Amino acid sequence: MDDITLQTPERIKLETEAVNLYYGSFQALRNVTLGIRECAITAIIGPSGCGKSTLLRLFNRMNDLIPSVRVEGKVLLSGTSIYDKDRDVVELRKKVGMVFQKPNPFPMNVYDNIAIGPRHHGIKHEAELAGIVEQCLREVTLWEEVKDKLKQSALDLSAGQQQLLCIARALAVEPEVILMDESCSALDPESTLKIEELMRDLVCKYTIVIVTHNMEQAARVSDMAAFMMMEQDKAGVLVEYAPTSQIFSNPKDKRTEDYISGRFG
Amino acid sequence: MEIRSMYHKKLREIQDEVLVMGGLVSEAILRSIEALKNRDLDLAEQIVTGDQKINDLRFGIEEKCIQLIVTQQPIANELRIIIAVLNIITEVERIGDYAEGIAKITIMIGDEPPVKPLIDIPLMAEQAVDMLRRSLDAFINKDADAARKICIEDDIVDHLYDQIYLELLDLMMENPQIVSRATRLIWVAHDLERSADRVTNICERVIFVITGKMEEI
Repeated sequence: MDDITLQTPERIKLETEAVNLYYGSFQALRNVTLGIRECAITAIIGPSGCGKSTLLRLFNRMNDLIPSVRVEGKVLLSGTSIYDKDRDVVELRKKVGMVFQKPNPFPMNVYDNIAIGPRHHGIKHEAELAGIVEQCLREVTLWEEVKDKLKQSALDLSAGQQQLLCIARALAVEPEVILMDESCSALDPESTLKIEELMRDLVCKYTIVIVTHNMEQAARVSDMAAFMMMEQDKAGVLVEYAPTSQIFSNPKDKRTEDYISGRFG
Repeated sequence: MEIRSMYHKKLREIQDEVLVMGGLVSEAILRSIEALKNRDLDLAEQIVTGDQKINDLRFGIEEKCIQLIVTQQPIANELRIIIAVLNIITEVERIGDYAEGIAKITIMIGDEPPVKPLIDIPLMAEQAVDMLRRSLDAFINKDADAARKICIEDDIVDHLYDQIYLELLDLMMENPQIVSRATRLIWVAHDLERSADRVTNICERVIFVITGKMEEI
């Protein structure tokens, strides 16, 4: 295993230490130890069912929504445990935002889609909210396209625009981390490229973790890549974690090489 | 937001390094001739040891090209550019080896008296270096016309080589005692003639990038 987890703590934004995750009696993740670099894009890749999304959802406790889930080991954000009993999950999900595979704007207008988060977190002044809406839409390069349609339904936007809106919505509450679970897989190639370029623009301020089935995308856009696979009992394990350039040109583990060269997956 | 910004950024870095490599090799050729003319053995030694830097640069650029292919998946024109870079740096590195070879000949000659004043050999070197610099500019600027014109100039270098060869042959027949020294000068001229040939290979790659076809010029 690469020595990335041994880097000085302040450069690691998210960490797992020997994490096991169970859905009832079924073990979905086994002994996952991983250190996600701050202000870098980390791609989690691997065949279907190997636990990529399960691992991603550890970081904002989305797995809590599944009644039978049990997590062992440590999951840390900036050095503090995410799974402490007294951890405010709402506050956690403000810091660790998520963008999903299918664009899921709220059934409200464009403006309110962005403003709802800051409003919920206590910002009442309309001028301030308007400023946040514009800033976030500019940050995702959507402002010029929607500035005259802020009061129109977000559901009228194209799929690519809706996904950019969802990213803007995540940015509106000033996260530290953005999780993206196959968030380009439902989009056309042009929209996909736009979102990839946006990720490269955002990474100077945010830590980004993506799950993707698209290996070319993982190679294009990420700084670090984590390859997972399923063991015989279907538990997901982390096989190799290294700089993307190394994973895709000279992986150390044969299983990684076999996967990226298409021999299985 | 520039689409494929990462690809373009890394390509610019690679192209800048190709120009740096070309600059080092051009200097090496010119200095090798200067060392030969002036019997400057220290300068010749510097050129020999300096060749490692050129080799390291070549492998560094090659590694960057591999990374770009792996991470950015260039296709069509983008891929031709990267393939061209891989070929060009090989040609430039070989020209660097010629400079090293000329420097080693200078060291071998030592303080032996010159066979004849060096006139055409420096002209060959200047012509070959000028062609190299302009061929790399043609690559950066994607200028196929410039590349074709440079290829035609190879005839100048070939003509100078033929002149030198015949002249040295005559001298060797008149005075067999100079055969060893004259042969070394023929080697120098040969290396410069090959340098210009390699520049025409670079120009063919430039045309390949633009047209997608390899033309033998």
